[in-house]
Amino acid sequence: MTHNLILRVIAKWMIPVILLFALYVQFHGDYSPGGGFQAGVIFTTAFLLHALAYGRDATMRIIPENTLKYLSCLGVLIYAGVGVTSMVRGGNFLDYSRLASTPISGQHIGIILIELGVGITVASVMLLIFFTFSRRVIDQ
Amino acid sequence: MSLLINLFLLGFLLIIAIAVMRIHNLMAMAMLFGLYSLLVSGLFVVLDAPDVAFTEAAVGTGISTVLMLVTLASLRNSHEARYPGRLKKGPLLLSLLMGAMLVYGTHDIARLGEPSAPVHQQVGKHYVEKGQQETGIPNLVTAVLASYRGFDTLGEVTVVLTAGLAVLMLLTRPRKPHIKMEARNDP
Amino acid sequence: MDYAIGHLNYWLIICVMMVGLYTLMSRGNLIKKVAGLNIFQTSVILFYVSLGKLQGGTAPIVSPEFVLYANPLPQVLMLTAIVVGVATTALGFALIVRIKEAYGSMDESEINRMDGTGT
Repeated sequence: MTHNLILRVIAKWMIPVILLFALYVQFHGDYSPGGGFQAGVIFTTAFLLHALAYGRDATMRIIPENTLKYLSCLGVLIYAGVGVTSMVRGGNFLDYSRLASTPISGQHIGIILIELGVGITVASVMLLIFFTFSRRVIDQ
Repeated sequence: MSLLINLFLLGFLLIIAIAVMRIHNLMAMAMLFGLYSLLVSGLFVVLDAPDVAFTEAAVGTGISTVLMLVTLASLRNSHEARYPGRLKKGPLLLSLLMGAMLVYGTHDIARLGEPSAPVHQQVGKHYVEKGQQETGIPNLVTAVLASYRGFDTLGEVTVVLTAGLAVLMLLTRPRKPHIKMEARNDP
Repeated sequence: MDYAIGHLNYWLIICVMMVGLYTLMSRGNLIKKVAGLNIFQTSVILFYVSLGKLQGGTAPIVSPEFVLYANPLPQVLMLTAIVVGVATTALGFALIVRIKEAYGSMDESEINRMDGTGT
């Protein structure tokens, strides 16, 4: 993996575009196709490309494995936390209408927050799975 | 017209599925599988499901293929699958029987895209008619996913997390620093 | 004839499913088995999504120009199923890696022979 100059140069240009697209899919998912699940996997593909072009160790320096472990739990916590918050404010579990003064804006806030949680969990779990498998390859 | 494209893509899909079944080299199978997923995501676009197409394109052609390649790389010297070339009668009979029963079952299903089908009459109709009023979000798939079926999605996210944890537990080697040190010192 | 054209889509999906099922049952190599399972899964997903299609409809994103939309419910269910599917496939691969370490083989009949329960 030392002489892949073309691959590396192309990857360097592609990765920011993919990441930007993932963020667009994440936060514009209410108005166009997209959402947490899609954004999470697109986010992962950017890092997979980085790992394939520059080696796994370079990618692990950007996102350490321990951070990923915390992030994957954080996503589920954000999701469940939104549910608990709506319970605290007097509604049912995951009843977003109580999150703001009007039901519609409450729904907006709730949906954006839980999509964020879904995106964080999916992206970090997928990357974690890839790192775990690739460690096997290198250790052997 | 869209039906024609649909059938054309499905024909290709069938051919690639058979190729995946028949091919002996597992590396080539991983590549064919990426192609298979790309065709499936094309089919989703024809079937008016851009959200699903998005997911399938990123998951199937991106993550799934890389995962398969990494698995193959960690299982060295086993890139060829060996099995006899002839057909196995028992599995063939069983899968043909199941296919025949399912084809018989499709008699009760309405034609593709029939507006009077039960699918479009029940809760789906409510989502399409009232979804934007009730949630204020134009993308109905996101509205249903996050708002109407929030419990369901919470469960799915938990399943993803659990699967990730299970992979970690299965593949992380237990740390035995003392034993390793001794083994290294021993000539 | 009209009936056949309307149902041909479903029949082809069932054919793909049969190929997946046959691969799952007939191949001894464990990776091939997982591939067969994946083909089976995608065919079920395709079947669900094609149930939600509506003639003359468009993607379920509300806009003033359109009246008819495809049913969003099957799409939502299948979207999550795809992501969960790849997570569980990864779990299957992890099990295969461990089996290969323990038995030195990925072939079902060889593993059965080592266990003494061969067919």
